[in-house]
Amino acid sequence: MSAKIAKFRELGLLVFIVLMSVGVQLRNPSFLTWENINDMITNTAILSILAVGMMLVIVTRGIDLSIGATLALSGMTAALAVSHSPGLSPLAAIGIGTGIGLVCGMALGVLVAWVNILPIIATLGMMNVFRGLTFESSGGKWVSAHQMPDSFKNIATGSLLGINNLIAIAILVYAVAYYFVSHTRTGRRIYAVGSNPESAAVSGIHSARILWLVYTIMGGLSGLAGVLWVSKFASAQGDTASGYELSVIAACVLGGVSIAGGVGKISGIVLGSVLLGILNNALPMIDVSAFWQMFIQGAIILIAVLINALVKRGIDRNNLMRRKI
Amino acid sequence: MEPRVIPNKQEWSWRGFVLQWEWLLVVLILIVFALNASLSEFFLDYGNLRDATMGFLDKAFIVLPMVFIILMGDIDISVASIVALSSVTMADLYSHGMPMEWAMMVCLAVGTACGWINGMLIVKFKELSSVIVTLATMIIYRGIAYILLEDQAAGKFPKWFKFLGWDYVGNIPFILLVFAVFAVAFGWLLHKTAFGRKVYAIGNNATASRYSGVEVDRIKVVVFTLAGFMSAVTALFLTARMGSSRPNIATGYELEVIAMVVLGGVSTAGGKGRMIGAILAVFLIGYLRYGLGLINVSAQSLLIILGLLLIFAVAIPRLKLLRSPVRKA
Amino acid sequence: MAGTEYVLELKGITKIFPGVKALDDVYFKLRPGEIHALMGENGAGKSTFIKVITGVHAPDEGEMFLNGRKVSFRNPTDAKKAGIAAIYQHVTCYPDLSVTENIFMGHEKIAKGTKRILWRDMHEEAGRLLRELGAGFSPKIQMGALSVAQQQIVEIAKALSVDAKIIIMDEPTAALTRSESEELYRIAERLRDQGKSIIFISHRFEDMYRLASVVTVFRDSRYIGTWNVNEISNHDLIIAMVGREISQLFPKKEAGIGEELLRVEGLGRTGYFADVSFTLRRGEILGLTGLVGAGRTEVCQSLFGITRHDKGRIFLKGEEMRVRSPREAMRRGIGYLPEDRQKQGLVLQWAIGRNISLPALEKISGRGALQIRKELEIAKRLAEKVSVKARSVFDLVSSLSGGNQQKVVFAKLLTAELDVLILDEPTKGVDVGAKSAIYEIIGDLACAGYGIILVSSEMPEIIGMCDRVAVMREGRIAAALNREGLTQEAILAASMDDGANSYGQRRAEA
Repeated sequence: MSAKIAKFRELGLLVFIVLMSVGVQLRNPSFLTWENINDMITNTAILSILAVGMMLVIVTRGIDLSIGATLALSGMTAALAVSHSPGLSPLAAIGIGTGIGLVCGMALGVLVAWVNILPIIATLGMMNVFRGLTFESSGGKWVSAHQMPDSFKNIATGSLLGINNLIAIAILVYAVAYYFVSHTRTGRRIYAVGSNPESAAVSGIHSARILWLVYTIMGGLSGLAGVLWVSKFASAQGDTASGYELSVIAACVLGGVSIAGGVGKISGIVLGSVLLGILNNALPMIDVSAFWQMFIQGAIILIAVLINALVKRGIDRNNLMRRKI
Repeated sequence: MEPRVIPNKQEWSWRGFVLQWEWLLVVLILIVFALNASLSEFFLDYGNLRDATMGFLDKAFIVLPMVFIILMGDIDISVASIVALSSVTMADLYSHGMPMEWAMMVCLAVGTACGWINGMLIVKFKELSSVIVTLATMIIYRGIAYILLEDQAAGKFPKWFKFLGWDYVGNIPFILLVFAVFAVAFGWLLHKTAFGRKVYAIGNNATASRYSGVEVDRIKVVVFTLAGFMSAVTALFLTARMGSSRPNIATGYELEVIAMVVLGGVSTAGGKGRMIGAILAVFLIGYLRYGLGLINVSAQSLLIILGLLLIFAVAIPRLKLLRSPVRKA
Repeated sequence: MAGTEYVLELKGITKIFPGVKALDDVYFKLRPGEIHALMGENGAGKSTFIKVITGVHAPDEGEMFLNGRKVSFRNPTDAKKAGIAAIYQHVTCYPDLSVTENIFMGHEKIAKGTKRILWRDMHEEAGRLLRELGAGFSPKIQMGALSVAQQQIVEIAKALSVDAKIIIMDEPTAALTRSESEELYRIAERLRDQGKSIIFISHRFEDMYRLASVVTVFRDSRYIGTWNVNEISNHDLIIAMVGREISQLFPKKEAGIGEELLRVEGLGRTGYFADVSFTLRRGEILGLTGLVGAGRTEVCQSLFGITRHDKGRIFLKGEEMRVRSPREAMRRGIGYLPEDRQKQGLVLQWAIGRNISLPALEKISGRGALQIRKELEIAKRLAEKVSVKARSVFDLVSSLSGGNQQKVVFAKLLTAELDVLILDEPTKGVDVGAKSAIYEIIGDLACAGYGIILVSSEMPEIIGMCDRVAVMREGRIAAALNREGLTQEAILAASMDDGANSYGQRRAEA
């Protein structure tokens, strides 16, 4: 039943994406040009990398508001590193950024999993800590394009076997994540903990470890995304990606990740990210002011969660009707 | 059934009196005063202290209803956006020629409406947590503020409007007087009335409250609406102090407000904490900031300190629990 | 060693929770290939005992032997590895995951080396287990979409998948209809014939006679005795469980039955209950019984305004009414003592006094503010009236025993002017001493002119207390019995029969 619903939702998203693209294309023919599509996809790549981590967090009934700040901090650190020693290999830069992200995620994971702080409170607090550290580490200054070696900027613009690096990395992340959540025990236990924390405890699953792992993964992905972001936009600032966590959450709920926990699919969040990416790109093209973006994003989150809730109610009612009482 | 006598007189206990979280806050405030006074000669100047108080009191209005919300085990992270939306609406209407008095009324009405919408959504969609609902409305409300003003500032308010934020009654800041009135009113509502008792009941056990005839939904809507209204009050004072309005005003207020409430001893699990604690926390954080500002600590470091303060305030009582030997069944 | 005759033996087990002795020097012996019934009233310590065997709780005293070897489990995983599996009363599952995953959670099949989950093998194995148990659904289906009976079969499949030697079934038939129970009996017998030992917990005699060869009885956390089923009479078994003759336990006072208070006509709520009609008069105790899940609680909750009914009408004292909230129901004169006193009845973190006054806060308010003195007076008066055992009204309710907590919930009901009291399992998890006190309270309330609806699964309670009984089955009233025709057999027949057999026939077969 709900497998059908999930398929239906994904199909619906797909149809919506196609219809929207066609509509925008009719208004503005420069929408579906190779250049713009490439731009759109590379933008979406970073969003969807983060959505993978956020999905795992939401599946365990949590939420992470700190990822924008984690992204900024690791991006900034990587940028500072390459500006100080331009000879640094891009891989090392990625390593540094991801490492910083992992550390942030681990700290957060400890707070949520073992100190038992509500995710919203813990991530709200750490968001400010990470953001403050970002400003502190750069002394409030930007790291701009001319301070970065070309090798670093090439991370985002270069390509691997003809595929843009960002896209290649995103695809790699999906593949690993897909294998992780559907073919490993640890991956499945993330869903078990989210679906029913009490029984997870009875069946001997270490819920705290799972929670910690989830926030650590989220941190690591944010760190990776931070390096990619800074490389793509060729600038690192104190307020990089401020508020970006909201887009990521929007992508997840659009993709059918249930706020109540236990439900979420990689294919769903990919579609959710793509839809959001197109939306962000398309709105300016059909002369919708950039200032509408925030409102539209909020409306999308609200409508998506309300519809999810109503659909769930409908399923429950159908199940009741079947009982013929 | 043998008749039993059950006493209903409570004995005074020194232990209970001394072991209150609020004393810790008082001590902390004293430490902040002592440290700051020794670090900077300007700290203890009456005029400075008074003006500093005016500077941080604007967000304190939201702390009052936030105590109710967190006591109920909910959270509202949209308050800063409500401040922005009601402030921007007011400024926009005024600059389009509406009389200031009317614009101020609209400001309050907008804030109240935003809060009511939050409450209704939370009550009508019980499967959604207040986290996700107010997260969504947080974006929407600020989004509307951006639609209204884009990246402009609106202002040029009449002179008397500034009175709200900058003036004194006698030697006491006007904003402090208003805050005192609201603080007493909210404290009374929480601790002396049936409404407040029910808020505590909901925070401890919403189901049992409902089964005991407590109108849980109505109370939730009222409390969230109050939060909206008080956010609009904050908007009035903040706008008056800034002299103009922008869509990005009050950014990060939700964090500060929640940090104050939690530091004030209100448990995020709901049902535990008092108004006086949160009010003390307002002054503690306020003077801490003021003192750190005097010794040139940057705004960014303040951000870090504030974040860590929030984490510690929540973590400290929990660490005690963690060590207790009772195994959960 | 003499102990090797038994697969499982427990000696002198004692388990103490803060303030309560949940198990007191308890013994238990289980032979291979045996179905052993463990009986006792609610709160006798059966559930705690199971949790000790399955490693959820560590006993404070006593020893446990498995095949003659002394063992001690630190956690549920240890017990699982030793071949012990439990099927709990409330099925514990992951509703969002597939049946296969539910069966294999914690012991998934994985490839050597890569540790990849072998989905195909798991689905096949799950399918085989389900077919063996006679289930007709696919293992790929989502757990949340199954009925309670089907979920129970999954739980059994889970036990089989770890190749458990000892299977504990905790009240598995409590929510099952006759044919579903029959299916479960067959499965249990087949498992026994395969050499597995089963501990079958139930307080239904039917289950015991049908299945078990040996019965052990607990009462008030203590071990009472073990008998072969064919050696102990029904009467003696009841005395062993209850501790005295039933007639002593229920000092039924004759209340004067007055005018009609409540009339319910064709009440229905889609998916939960339908066509429910009955009347209740002043001073009358109307029993509402049936299987768990038959819709009793749902009917009561919609009378009390917790949920809405979508069909039918309710008349209170001749006037039609619609209740939209518990608050409104209480104003109109209907009170409800909920089934789960810890979650629904009390604010555990609060003192007795505050709990009692919670439904009456408006009444003790004057000019907007609460009048604490008045509150304490009411609290004291009512707590004394139901004789709560406490040092003062400032004692936290969480520090009270189950029986005293229940008395506090009764006291809460007395704060309002009510006519109709709905008592949902009022003696659940209450020890025998407190039980008779609660029966006395109920009797007094009836004499004081309340109309009382008593919802209960405890047969003796229903028979001992009620003037009339309505038996529910699958959301409908299956039978309405008067005091004269009130027997255990009649109630069971009405509550379980789904048209397959009558009770008499089945007893003859057994």
